[in-house]
Amino acid sequence: MAGQGRADPRPLSPHLQIWKWHWTMAGSIFHRVSGVGLYGGAFLIGAWLIALATGPEAYAFVEAIVFSLPGQIVLFLWSMAVLYHFANGLRHLIWDGPMIGFSPSVASLWSMFNFAFAIIGAAVIWSLASFY
Amino acid sequence: MTTSAKSVRGLGSAGTGTQHHIRQRVTALALLFLVPWFIYSIIHACKAGYEGALTWAAQPLNAILLILTLSAALYHMRLGMQVVIEDYIAKSGTRQALLILNTFAVIALAAATILSVLKIWFTAGA
Repeated sequence: MAGQGRADPRPLSPHLQIWKWHWTMAGSIFHRVSGVGLYGGAFLIGAWLIALATGPEAYAFVEAIVFSLPGQIVLFLWSMAVLYHFANGLRHLIWDGPMIGFSPSVASLWSMFNFAFAIIGAAVIWSLASFY
Repeated sequence: MTTSAKSVRGLGSAGTGTQHHIRQRVTALALLFLVPWFIYSIIHACKAGYEGALTWAAQPLNAILLILTLSAALYHMRLGMQVVIEDYIAKSGTRQALLILNTFAVIALAAATILSVLKIWFTAGA
């Protein structure tokens, strides 16, 4: 038993190995994953801003990284993480405030929508950004 | 850092955390408005080159919104990372060290980025 050996036999978080994946579970896990990713991303955005304040040489250095292929891939993943965390965060606010969307079918659909929003939204933003 | 068993037993949670929860939600509410502006702006600024990005960041409204976005986002992510550390790091010493590191890292980033915005703004105004 997982709870054995612990002083306090309170329920544990679900173990990923024995849980069947479902949409709401994936939705919750990716909220945390994207949050941790955005934590790292904030330091990259910070580096860009600090370089801008430092001067043209520092900015050129950071700009070269931003527009390189690995830089663009990281930025694309960052934009997906922002959109996902944004959409799912809005759902948390709706859960906490008006308290709607708890029924299993609605919750699952909503999770799917958030994933779709992140992927399609990032694709749309990047297409618009490259055109205008 | 330890609490006697008799005062813990019977409580469903640690007994604290309401303030943490509310602050997480209030910063989220602020970011709901600030993040769409930030995404639009950062794309615009990145494409404008050094001079263009500088002009963008030096405008008062942009500088104010940048500082507000940084403050809300950094506070929000410190709270979030705190929960992640508390959830996954069971060893007390490591946990305390990481919690302090989280606070230091976020405050250092806040100081450096907000000072950058102010420097750009003051330099442009001079």
